[in-house]
Amino acid sequence: MIDLFEIFMTAGFWAATIRIVSPLIFGTLGELICERAGVLNLGIEGIMTIGAMSGWMWVYQGGDLWTGIMFAAFVGALFGLIHSGFSVYLGVSQHVTGIGLTLFASSLSYFIFRMLLPSVTTPPKIVPFQVVDIPWLSDLPWLGEAFFHQTPLTWLAFLFVPLVWYVLFRTPVGLAVRMAGENPVAVEAQGINVLAIRTGAVMAGSALMAIGGAFITMSAFDAFFFGMINGRGWICVALVIFASWRPGKALLGAMLFAGLEAMQVRAQQQAGAFIPYQFFLMLPYVLSIVAMIIMARKALYPRALLVPFRRGERV
Amino acid sequence: MQLELRENVSVLRVVMAPVSAVFASLLLASVLIIWAGEPVFASYLLLFKGAFGSMFALNETITRSIPLMLTGLAVAVAFRAKFYNIGAEGQLYCGALAVTYFGTGLINLPPILMIPMLIVLGALAGGAVLIVPVLLKTTLKVDEVVTTLLLNFVILLFVSFLIEGPWKDPMSMGWPQAAPVIDEGLLPAILAKGRLHYGLAIALVASVLIWALMRFTTWGYEIRAVGHNQDAARFAGINVKLTVIRTALISGGLAGLAGVSEVAGLKGYLTLDLSPGFGYTGIAVAMLAALHPLAIIPSALFLSAIYVGADSMSRGANIPTYIADVLVGLSVLCILVCMLLVRFRIRRSGVST
Repeated sequence: MIDLFEIFMTAGFWAATIRIVSPLIFGTLGELICERAGVLNLGIEGIMTIGAMSGWMWVYQGGDLWTGIMFAAFVGALFGLIHSGFSVYLGVSQHVTGIGLTLFASSLSYFIFRMLLPSVTTPPKIVPFQVVDIPWLSDLPWLGEAFFHQTPLTWLAFLFVPLVWYVLFRTPVGLAVRMAGENPVAVEAQGINVLAIRTGAVMAGSALMAIGGAFITMSAFDAFFFGMINGRGWICVALVIFASWRPGKALLGAMLFAGLEAMQVRAQQQAGAFIPYQFFLMLPYVLSIVAMIIMARKALYPRALLVPFRRGERV
Repeated sequence: MQLELRENVSVLRVVMAPVSAVFASLLLASVLIIWAGEPVFASYLLLFKGAFGSMFALNETITRSIPLMLTGLAVAVAFRAKFYNIGAEGQLYCGALAVTYFGTGLINLPPILMIPMLIVLGALAGGAVLIVPVLLKTTLKVDEVVTTLLLNFVILLFVSFLIEGPWKDPMSMGWPQAAPVIDEGLLPAILAKGRLHYGLAIALVASVLIWALMRFTTWGYEIRAVGHNQDAARFAGINVKLTVIRTALISGGLAGLAGVSEVAGLKGYLTLDLSPGFGYTGIAVAMLAALHPLAIIPSALFLSAIYVGADSMSRGANIPTYIADVLVGLSVLCILVCMLLVRFRIRRSGVST
């Protein structure tokens, strides 16, 4: 049978968990920032796709890895700007804007990929981010291999958790962002431009989502495939709800999720003979739904989420 | 700049919204065609000819619009009540599963009974998918967008399991596909030539029925009221939860019908590439139709033409077929702006009262 405990104890399992969690951290933090400002960003799936494509393509065309990440973030922010043009400035349905943006961004990614690489039989590859050992720390037994034997992009993901928390909860800008998602009229009364704050938050969040996508093509793999994001964006949306819109809890939720995913891959190797692989692949999606159900009663949505703000309009 | 609500919205303006949205998306996508180094007008002409230029092309365009009409209707009904069902793709496959389960030999009736039975079962299966998301929404306020989206992936994997495992047709030479639907269950072809089938009748009848439902019945009134303002609807004595549940089931059922039509009408058996994203394109169909059940018909025909035309355009010109998906995405975004301009007028700030 499947020996779950044995899997749990291996350093390889933890290393895989950390690897799987990295793009989810970027995506979840990005969505969290948008929603804290009162904007549900369902463009996430498409933004991750175009981030994955543009970062990879940058490197494939001869660019440097880190500038590739910056390029992906820039493209993501640009799509965030499109999103806020619709959802913030025009105040149209955030649901439809997001879905439309996902359809547009992902098909545009595929179009650009096909234009630049018209007929390739084997998917072209880049030299992705390499695993780096942190001296001393990576020698630690168990923990060393799991956490300090990773690519720099993974550490960046973990670094962003306290950073986003600090900015959101300990700085005036963060306060304005959160207030824009709770009580935009009060923000306006302070002489702060709600629309600008929301736009900034959506752009920053979308940039993070795009980096999450780029992680997949530039660190986890070395190539761009069609349908590569495969619902990871939607899972991030579920994780934000699971995390009650808190960065620390988002990390916890994402870790839990990635752990189960890593476990799933290993259990599949042991039990693949008598449980069809499709059921293992279903797990992440089913778990996301379950996570939303568990947290449903406690979910404290930002009060102005989905509510467009129009200056001078009474609520 | 400020937006000001228009008092009277003329019919012409309402019709102009999707038309201008279509032109705007064609204009925006022409940037990509220029990038590909092809002449814009000639390329679009190629697309148009590819979709309508011959009997064969027209036949394909109409055939391809059938599932889009049904998923478009599914989305339109749900969005009317502000129930954001993004799971039409999964519901389509569940309709297809029902047809495959009951239609491949389990039950054997004459066509006059067999076909209606498959239609009903397919619709029920499609609706059944939404029971969990809608109950989660009405009882625990779990966001239906995410649950319906995630269920798409679960259902597709389940279909993959069935047709690679227990339902795999032993006569399929190793291809992962289910056994063919028996002859009594197949929707007949409309024309002697081409693939057009009576799924078209299902789609057209469904459009008219849904239009009548929304326009003339209490259910339709309740659905629209709940979509406009839940609190007001509740105050008026409408059972909001029940209305949302009812809407969801109708929506899922319509998407299930798309699966029935594709399996029993077009393909004859279930495969994993039954739908190239009809469920998602249905969102664009519904939006372009401004959620109007009858406008779904031209809207679906138009988007189907884009897909069929793009296929032949990419053969004639050096433009990847993904241009069709780009156009679909763009049209969803453009219609949002155009609908806004129908309802509001822009006024320079400073002049406002």
